[in-house]
Amino acid sequence: MTTTAATVSVTLKLYASLGVHLPDGHARNAAEVAVAEGTTIDSLLDYHGVPREARHLVLLNGVFQPPGTRGNVILKGGDAVAVWPPVAGG
Amino acid sequence: MGWHGKILRINLTDGTIKTEPLNMDWAQKYLGQRGLATKYLVEEINPKVDPLSPENKMIMATGPLTGTAASTGGRYSVITKGALTNAIACSNSGGYFGAELKFAGWDMIIFEGKSPKPVYLTVFDDKVELHDAADIWGKSVWDADEYIKKRHQDPMMHISAIGVAGENQVLYSCIVNDLHRAAGRSGVGAVMGSKNLKAVALRGTKGVKVKDGMRFLKATAAGKKVLQENAVTGQGLPSFGTQVLMNVINEAGAMPTRNHRQVQFEGAHDISAEAMVEPRKTDGHPNLLTNQACFGCTIACGRISKIDENHFSIQNKPQYMHASGGLEYEAAWALGCNTGVDDLEALTMVNFVCNEQGLDPISFGATVSAAMELYDLGLITKETTGGIDLKFGSAEALVKCVELTGKAEGFGKELGLGSLRLCQKYGRPELSMSVKGQEFPAYDSRGIQGMGLTYATSNRGACHLRSYTVSSEILGIPEKTDPLVTDGKPALVKAFQDATAAVDSSGLCVFTTFAWTLNDIAPQIDAACEGEWTPERLLEMGERIWNMERVFNNKAGFTAKDDNLPPRLTSEPAESGPAKGLVNGLEKMLPEYYELRGWTAEGVPTNETLSRLDIA
Repeated sequence: MTTTAATVSVTLKLYASLGVHLPDGHARNAAEVAVAEGTTIDSLLDYHGVPREARHLVLLNGVFQPPGTRGNVILKGGDAVAVWPPVAGG
Repeated sequence: MGWHGKILRINLTDGTIKTEPLNMDWAQKYLGQRGLATKYLVEEINPKVDPLSPENKMIMATGPLTGTAASTGGRYSVITKGALTNAIACSNSGGYFGAELKFAGWDMIIFEGKSPKPVYLTVFDDKVELHDAADIWGKSVWDADEYIKKRHQDPMMHISAIGVAGENQVLYSCIVNDLHRAAGRSGVGAVMGSKNLKAVALRGTKGVKVKDGMRFLKATAAGKKVLQENAVTGQGLPSFGTQVLMNVINEAGAMPTRNHRQVQFEGAHDISAEAMVEPRKTDGHPNLLTNQACFGCTIACGRISKIDENHFSIQNKPQYMHASGGLEYEAAWALGCNTGVDDLEALTMVNFVCNEQGLDPISFGATVSAAMELYDLGLITKETTGGIDLKFGSAEALVKCVELTGKAEGFGKELGLGSLRLCQKYGRPELSMSVKGQEFPAYDSRGIQGMGLTYATSNRGACHLRSYTVSSEILGIPEKTDPLVTDGKPALVKAFQDATAAVDSSGLCVFTTFAWTLNDIAPQIDAACEGEWTPERLLEMGERIWNMERVFNNKAGFTAKDDNLPPRLTSEPAESGPAKGLVNGLEKMLPEYYELRGWTAEGVPTNETLSRLDIA
C-alpha cells in the first residue's frame, strides 16, 4: 500500500478461505500493515484483493461492521480488522 | 408414511421383546424423534424418578425423514431423564445408526427396566434379540463395535454403544454410534449403563416409504440445491467444519476461557480450523485429513483427523494412531480454551478418548476446567488429584484426566461427577459453569447476551443446540442482531427454541437451518407424511414440544429459580473485547420471556397456554 502520506499501523486478519489474500509475512492468519491515514475498511480490503461478495463477517476490534458502514469507517492506529466469508458452526 | 408405524419395546428386566403400533394421533401432534419420543416418555414415567433407576426409560427414536432421501436425513435421538441434570434429556446424533433403524423397519425402541446382567441388542429387520455382553462389558466403544460385527459376521451393522464411562455411570457419559458420532449430552450414556445395556446393533434391509414419492423427490432436490448454493452449507462447513468458529468467537470476545475467568483465549488460533489444515512443524502433515458426511448429508461438516505419531499423548498407544473423529468446535473449546490448553494434538487425542470411552467432551472439558480453578485456589491439591499437577494450560494434566475419568479411577471418579457436584463437594458450587447441572458450551453470555437466556431456560440444562442465537447475534443468520444488548432477545430465543424443536423432531440436522427455514423443511415433511405440514404448523408443534418438556421439568421439581446463571456471568464483568465491562442481563430478559411463552411469573405454563397448545 502507498505510504507516501502519513501512515498508521493496523492488523489485518483474514480467515477461512480468505487467508489466501494475506500479505507476505503473515502469521496465524494475521498481518501488521501500514495504511495511509484516511483508509477505510473497504479500501484496506480492496487493496488486499478480498472479494467484496466474500466479506460476510467483518469485525473491527471485535465489533461487527454492517456492509453500509465499511466504506466510511476510517481506520486508526492499532485497529484490528478481521474478516470471514459466510461461516457457521455450533 | 415417513413413519413405519411400528415401535419396539424391550423390557430389560425380564428380557421380553414386544412390538406395538406407533401412536399415530401423537405423531400428528409431535411428528417424531424429540417431540414424539418425549411424549411417550412423559406419559410413561414419573417425572420424579431417579434417572439411574430401573423405573427410568430410555428411548432411541428416529424422525419421519430419517432414512429418506432428504439431505441430512440420518438423525436419531436418545430421550430419557438425564443422569447429569435430573431434567428431560434429548441427545441427538448423526452417523448412520438412525437411518439403519428405519431400514430395519422401526420408528423407535423403548427400553424399560434393568437387565440382571450386561446385554446388547441386535435388530436384523424383524429379528430382534438380546445377547450376553459379558465379553464386551469393560471394553471400549471401539472394541465393542468390532466384537459385535465379528460375532455376527456382519461388517455392515451400525452400532450405538456405551464405553466404560457409561458402564461406570460417569454422569456425563454419552452413547457413541458409528465409532465417533454421539448422543452426547445430559448423561444418556449413564442411563444406558444403569440398565446394563452395552450396545444396540442394527442391520436393516427395508426402505422408507413416503406419501408422495414424486413430490418428495422434488422437495428434497430443491432443498439440496439451497444447501449447495448457500455459502455456509455449500462451502464453509464442508471445508472448515464447525471449528471455523474458534477465531470468530474469540475475536468477538465471547470465548469462555479458563472456566470463564476470561472471554478471550490467546491460544485460540493454534487450535482452530485454520490450524488444523496447516502442515505441522513436527512431521509436515496437517492434523485434518478430510471431511466426512453422515447418512444422506450433502453438507459434510465432520472432521477426520490423525495425530502426530511422535506426540507425547499417544506414545505406546497405537489405538490412537489411526484416523478418527477430529475436533468439532464445542470439543476444541471445552478441552482447549476452557482449560487453557493450546496443544492441538493433545486435544485431538483427548477427543479420541472421549469417543472411545463414551464421554461428552463438553462436560468433561468444563469439569476439568472447574477442577483446575479449584486447584488454582488451593481447594484441591496434588494429594486430591493423585499427583496430577492440575494447572490451567497443562496438556499433560488434561491427558491424564481423560484416561482416568471414563475408567472411574483415582481423581477420575471425582471428575466423573460433573462440575456442579465436584464444586459442591469442595464448597464452591458457584464455580461450576452450568445450568441445571449441565455445563455450558462454547459461548460466553457476557459477549452474546441472548445465549444467557438460552442457557438459563434450556430444558436439558445449559445447551447451545436448544436455541442457537449465535447464528443471529454473531454470524448474521438469518439476520444480524447486536450480541451486546438484551433488547429483542426474549423473542429471538423463543423463536429459535420453537423452530429447533420442530427440526429435532423431523430426522433432519439442525445445521441445515444455516440455509433452510421452515419454508424449506415443511414441503419435505408434507410430501413424506400424512397430514398437512406447513411452516406454521411446525412452529406451533415446536412450541408444544417446548412446553411439554417444561411441564415435565416442573413436575420433576424444577422452578424459576433454576432458570439462572452462575454469578460469574451476572456479576463479574468481561475483562476484554467488545463486551469489556458487561455482565449478562438475564434479569432483564427472563420476565419478558416468560410473558412471551404464556407462563406465569414463576415460570409455569398457564392453563390457557397448555390448552392453546393442546397439551393434556
